[in-house]
Amino acid sequence: MARRLAILGAVLALAAAGYMLIGARGNWGFVLPFRAAKLAALLLVGAGLAVATVMFQTITANRILTPSLMGYDALYVLVLTALVHGLGASGYAALPPALLFALNLAAMSALGLLLFALLARLARGDLVRLVLTGIVLGLLIRAGTTFLQRMIDPSAFQMVQGISYARFTQVEPSLLGLAALAILPALALAWTLRHRLDVISLGRDAAAGLGEPPARLERAALALICVLVAAATALVGPLASGSLGPTSFFGLIAAAFAHAITPHARHAVLMPCAALTGALILVGGQTLMERVLALATPLTVVIEFVGGVTFLILLLKRRSA
Amino acid sequence: MIRISDVHHQIDGQPILRGIELDIPQGGVTALIGPNGAGKSTLLSLVARLAPIQRGRITVAGHEVGRVRDRDLARVLAIMPQAQHVATRLRVEELVGFGRYPWHRGRPGPADRAMVEAALERFDLRALRSRFLDEISGGQRQRALVAMAYAQDTPVLLLDEPLNNLDIAAARGLMALLRDMAERDGKTILIVLHDINVATAYADRLVVMREGRIAAEGPPGEVVTEALLREVFGTEAGIARIEGRPFVIV
Amino acid sequence: MPLAAGAALAGLFVLSLFLGSAALSPVDLADPAARELLLVSRLPRSLAAMLAGAALAVTGQILQVLARNRFVEPMTAGAGQSAALGILVVSLAFPGAALGLKMGAAALAALAGTLGLILLIRPLPPTQPLLVPLVALVYGGVIGAGVTFIAWQRDMMQFLDVWMTGELSGVLRGRYELLWLSALTCAAAWAIADRLTLLSLGEDAARGLGLNIPLVTAAGMVAIALATAIVVVTLGSIPFVGLVVPALVARLTGDNLRRALPMTALTGAILVLAADMAGRTLRAPYEVPVATMVSLIGAALFLYLLNRRPARG
Repeated sequence: MARRLAILGAVLALAAAGYMLIGARGNWGFVLPFRAAKLAALLLVGAGLAVATVMFQTITANRILTPSLMGYDALYVLVLTALVHGLGASGYAALPPALLFALNLAAMSALGLLLFALLARLARGDLVRLVLTGIVLGLLIRAGTTFLQRMIDPSAFQMVQGISYARFTQVEPSLLGLAALAILPALALAWTLRHRLDVISLGRDAAAGLGEPPARLERAALALICVLVAAATALVGPLASGSLGPTSFFGLIAAAFAHAITPHARHAVLMPCAALTGALILVGGQTLMERVLALATPLTVVIEFVGGVTFLILLLKRRSA
Repeated sequence: MIRISDVHHQIDGQPILRGIELDIPQGGVTALIGPNGAGKSTLLSLVARLAPIQRGRITVAGHEVGRVRDRDLARVLAIMPQAQHVATRLRVEELVGFGRYPWHRGRPGPADRAMVEAALERFDLRALRSRFLDEISGGQRQRALVAMAYAQDTPVLLLDEPLNNLDIAAARGLMALLRDMAERDGKTILIVLHDINVATAYADRLVVMREGRIAAEGPPGEVVTEALLREVFGTEAGIARIEGRPFVIV
Repeated sequence: MPLAAGAALAGLFVLSLFLGSAALSPVDLADPAARELLLVSRLPRSLAAMLAGAALAVTGQILQVLARNRFVEPMTAGAGQSAALGILVVSLAFPGAALGLKMGAAALAALAGTLGLILLIRPLPPTQPLLVPLVALVYGGVIGAGVTFIAWQRDMMQFLDVWMTGELSGVLRGRYELLWLSALTCAAAWAIADRLTLLSLGEDAARGLGLNIPLVTAAGMVAIALATAIVVVTLGSIPFVGLVVPALVARLTGDNLRRALPMTALTGAILVLAADMAGRTLRAPYEVPVATMVSLIGAALFLYLLNRRPARG
């Protein structure tokens, strides 16, 4: 297992180098720090979302549901739109980015916990119902956001349009610092949960019997998950690609690949693997799309396509097993 | 009434039926029993033309299955679906009315309406006629399905393990209705059953299958013996005789 | 009950004629300019809303019969996204293409999309009914992502947005008549209503009653594909109508389609017309697209339907 992680790390380093160096023309003193900032964002977001998803899947005992599938990152655009609606275009533009980030983080974390509570109440223990409710909730949030966007002044609408999609290409360095401040400690805290997560994956009853009350762990994990997803989304925008499909599958792919690379692993191995895999998908994917293939399409669209197919395969395989 | 000759059947390359020869005479209840994987449901689905016949010949009331048009076969052969597979929200009288479809193809006439009334009357559904299927009890739903099959007015009726998920009251009720249709209306009923004792209690003839072949057939009294239980079902169970009928001591 | 619904629809229709950014009242009809507005814009718009609503609701009910599941509808389950794919491909390959060509491509693509969905759903176990809508939504999403990819690559994203957000603001006399064809599909559906109800009893029961299942299934799919393509080409994608309307109607009338389809059509017409009227008035003179209004209502209703009663079998 350790060898696999090492290989994964090496490939990631290669991809990172590729991202930094391929096609770098002009003043290297400018280009490199510029790219470094974006690379840092990709690493943070990839690792953060992947680890959050793995934790989420462990505490909900399934491999299909992810936070994003429940419309969580749709909340981001909703919060933003509500802010623009409430403050007006000029008021919004006057906000310092740090404050905006903090507001976003707080709102999304609070709403996120609410969302999970609502979902747990609604779903009544049936997993498929849970996932479906989550997806539809996401659709509802998206519809509500679009509605709100139409209700605001069209010029303000332009502003919101611009921030509605993940942009790995424009990262504010100050935001980067803040995001790192949120994501890195959260990852470290998640790491401290690794043994308890192993216990809970034996089953809730078994875990309680071994002296690890599931509810407490769930609360701790959910809090970290909310912070990780909120910070990642606030940094680069939501990874969902738009109006034609349900939602973002990035977390799902990252978790699925991580489980495939290190099958049946303890969380001490799984979580680092997930972090590396998530980061690799984003860095490698972005390098491939932007530098090597020079495609105009955002990475998110490809992720949605691949992710959707992966989702279907996982779903259908499970049924026939 | 039902003649099955030289029927072989494979699924995914595996032989399921190996040369079935069976003659089911008119009238009475014939139960198809046997251990899991014997091919009972497969055989029934071939008779019902739900699966294409690969080799052999099956005729029902003189009509050759697979050769005649579906709608013509539907006038001699009715299949009763399992209650849990019917999720459509229909009123009882609408469901029973659909049993007449092979006769009126969408344009019901006075004869059809009369038949529907007769079916509702016969199975004590008059009071429930306007109620929706998902608002009545399981037993009542079962009666509605039987009434639909009855309204189809066919000499032959097929059922595939209809007692799954029925409690003992509903199960006894259904079997009693089937016996009634066999005796009063002279229908030929072929039913796949899981439970030997139910078969013994209600069937006139048993057909025992094992591994794609017919192991025994005849009246329950002759067929159900300790030897059969040992050879076909692989179990050493005792048999008690009640009113001349053999019952397996489970 | 159909009478009440019919009356409600008629009332809404009349109201719709007079609503909008330039408010009209019956008095204004003396003015030729006002009459012109009525004939060129308001009347076609109201008619378009009703026709689309009816067609979407009816074909939604047909898909639910074919998929043996109450929680699917064509726009979000692949047919809508496939229609967009058809239009996109034709627009790229033949830039000046006539409307007819786009329609044909959209219909064929929608047919393929629906066929793909049915094939994907067939092997799913009936003991997990919610698996079907889950697979359907993701399947639609995958096709949608594919369409988005192509659109990005060929710089057609603005056009895509237009097709994928159903709007009635562009409806004028001469630009919506294709929707009358979708009314034909409703009529055709009603003609085979009994056969569709039989199909919903399950394949075994349907075959046992002598139904030609492949023929009825094919007819159903053609109706779905046509109506979906027509709506997407003329108005854009309007989701959820096909899902919530049949579900609500079934509560009242049951699933006997001969009885239910007229109510479904009427209710669908009411829903879309009312949504459009709301979209026109909430933030006059700006308009909220009907698809947004319907998505909001539809998603909320879908959630309610999913979780309202204990799952029965």
